[in-house]
Order: sequence, then structure tokens, then C-alpha cells
Amino acid sequence: MRLQTSSSIALFAVLELAANPAHQLSALEIAEKYGISAHHLAKVLRGLGRAGIVDAVRGVGGGYQLIANPKRLTLFDVIQVFEPIGSRAAPESSRTVLTDASAALDLVLAELDQHAIATFRSITVSTMLKLMARRASSRQQSSRPARQAAARR
Amino acid sequence: MSLEDRSNALHLLKDHDTARESAAQSRAANALSIRAAKPADFASIVALDQQVTGLAKRQYWKEAFARYVSRREEPAFFLVAERGGEIEGFIIGDVRAWEFGEPPCGWVFAVQVRPQKRLGGLGTQLFDAICDAFRRAGVKKVRTLLARENHLVLSFFRSQGLMAGPFIELEATIA
Ligand SMILES: CC(C)(COP(=O)(O)OP(=O)(O)OC[C@H]1O[C@@H](n2cnc3c(N)ncnc32)[C@H](O)[C@@H]1OP(=O)(O)O)[C@@H](O)C(=O)NCCC(=O)NCCS
Repeated sequence: MRLQTSSSIALFAVLELAANPAHQLSALEIAEKYGISAHHLAKVLRGLGRAGIVDAVRGVGGGYQLIANPKRLTLFDVIQVFEPIGSRAAPESSRTVLTDASAALDLVLAELDQHAIATFRSITVSTMLKLMARRASSRQQSSRPARQAAARR
Repeated sequence: MSLEDRSNALHLLKDHDTARESAAQSRAANALSIRAAKPADFASIVALDQQVTGLAKRQYWKEAFARYVSRREEPAFFLVAERGGEIEGFIIGDVRAWEFGEPPCGWVFAVQVRPQKRLGGLGTQLFDAICDAFRRAGVKKVRTLLARENHLVLSFFRSQGLMAGPFIELEATIA
């Protein structure tokens, strides 16, 4: 499964803002950290602003902040601002020639969609931050013996 | 210090002690305890479940109590959260070995917190407690199964770090 670039950029931005609730971050700071186009990110942030997920703070030291509640905001809420999830733009059955094969294929694709929706809906931004913290600490743990070995050398 | 003064002082000390004791008692009454379910919890659990699900399932709970409370073998996998004599939530699970060819693992099949007591970390404490019980039973994995539409409980388990497991549930209508 792949997300459109706008959706993944939006998720990075939301996670970055949620991880730094005390700071306003500029689009440039976020773009640099993730190696993404500042222009594209600015556009995505405007979309998130219109959806009531982030807010722009003007003036010196201005930037963006998350205004949605990270404990309630789900991946689904963010992604669906940029792409339809589970309502395929062109279902097989919208083809001009309707066959049993296309109807059966639609059933299978609908099954995948339902899984995707349930997954994105059940994972909040807070849960993602916990997932990231867990990954970071297991990475630290697994790199510690290597570093110790390197220090001994 | 005169004798009278001393006895007054002693009195004061005693009063102080009783005050401290009763404060400790009321703290204990307000403290949350997570413990194994007892037969006497039956009515509270049925009532709580009815409040949460809208269904009174006495027969179901009779069987669950017979299985997990009366015929209980340590460690217990039916835990309740109690405060001031009130049951505020519960969690139930068990250990199943070699189900679907997998080594023994802990299954959680019910968790409920009284609606007025939610979002205060009680669900998390119950989950941590049952995971401790699973660990004591020697298992390394915890699993659960939920309706795809049950966003609330799905988000709860996701927040505890659960991810999709190695199984896919399949079904067919055979009527
Ligand atoms: C699921 C349930 C047990 C959670 O209990 P709880 O005491 O509120 O849980 P916690 O306070 O420990 O919450 C832990 C996490 O779950 C998630 N969560 C809980 N309620 C949520 C909600 N309404 N929306 C989104 N996420 C939620 C959050 O990530 C939360 O972490 P946070 O507080 O840091 O945001 C409780 O809501 C419940 O009993 N629901 C009904 C269960 C039911 O219908 N059972 C019948 C079938 S078994």
C-alpha cells in the first residue's frame, strides 16, 4: 500500500508538530528535517489549516502549531484531507463493460479498503508518537553493544 | 508539664493518631485496587456489562464466573478494578496453547471501564495487570480480536502498542 506524497508529507508535519507542542515550527524547518520540498509542504500545511488540524501563527518566530487533539486525531483524519481512502476513484465496476470478473475483483479490493480504513482510524497521532519512541529506544538498545564494542577497540 | 497537661497532650496525640488513621482509611477506600475477581463481584459485573453493552447476559456471566473465578488456577486472568467498594472496570483473558499452531499466548477477550471513569488510565492499568499475569504464566505475546467497526476499543489496544498479528480471520455464510 502506498500513500500519495501529500498525505505522507502531511503526516510527517503533523507528527513533528505533535512532538513539539511547545514550539511553533516553520515549514522550512520541517521540510529540511524530512528532506522534502518546502513548496509542497507549504501547500500541504495550508490544506491542514483549512481542515482545522493546524494553525499558522503570524509574525516574528511564527510558524505552525497543531490545534487538533493528538489523542483523538487519527491517521485517517489526516490522510483523508488529501486522498480518498477506501472509496476508489475508479472502481472496476465503473468500467463500461461490466463482467463477473470485475465485480469479483471489486469484492477483493473492498476487503483491502476496509482493512486500511480500520487501521488508519484506530491509530491516533499520540499512538504514532509512542510507536516512534518505542522504535527509538529499541534502536538505542540494539546499537549500545555495538558502540561499547567500538569503544573497546 | 503538669499531669493534667500531660494527659491533655496525650489526648491530643491520640486524636491526632485517630485522625491520621481515618485519613489513611479514607485514602485506602479511595485507592484503586486491581485484584482477581471474586464470586461476590457477580452482580456488579453483570450490571456494569449491562450498562456498557445494553444487554443483560446473566447466563454468559454465570459460565464466565464458573470458569475464571470459581475454578480458578493461579494466575488469575479475570481482574477487576475496585475503588471504595465499587467495581469500576474489569478485564478478562486466558492463555491458549498451540491454537492455530502458535506457542502459548495470552488472549484478552473483554475489557470494560465504567463510562464515568474512562480516560483516566484505568483501562491501561487493567491491561498492564493482565499482561503481568500473562508473563507470570510464561507467555510472551498478548492478542485480542475485535470488530473492525469498534474504533474505540481498537484505538485503546493500538495505544497499548498492539499491531496486526499473523492471522487473518475468514468466514462464509453456510445457511
Ligand atoms: C476501551 C476502554 C476499556 C478504555 O478505558 P479507559 O479507562 O478510558 O482507557 P485509558 O484511559 O487507559 O486510555 C488509554 C488509551 O486508549 C485510547 N482511548 C481511550 N478512549 C478513547 C477514545 N474515546 N477515543 C480515542 N482513543 C481512546 C487513548 O489512546 C488512551 O490514551 P490517552 O488517554 O493517552 O489518550 C473503555 O473506553 C471502555 O470500556 N469502552 C467500552 C468497551 C466495550 O464496549 N466493551 C464491550 C466489548 S468487550
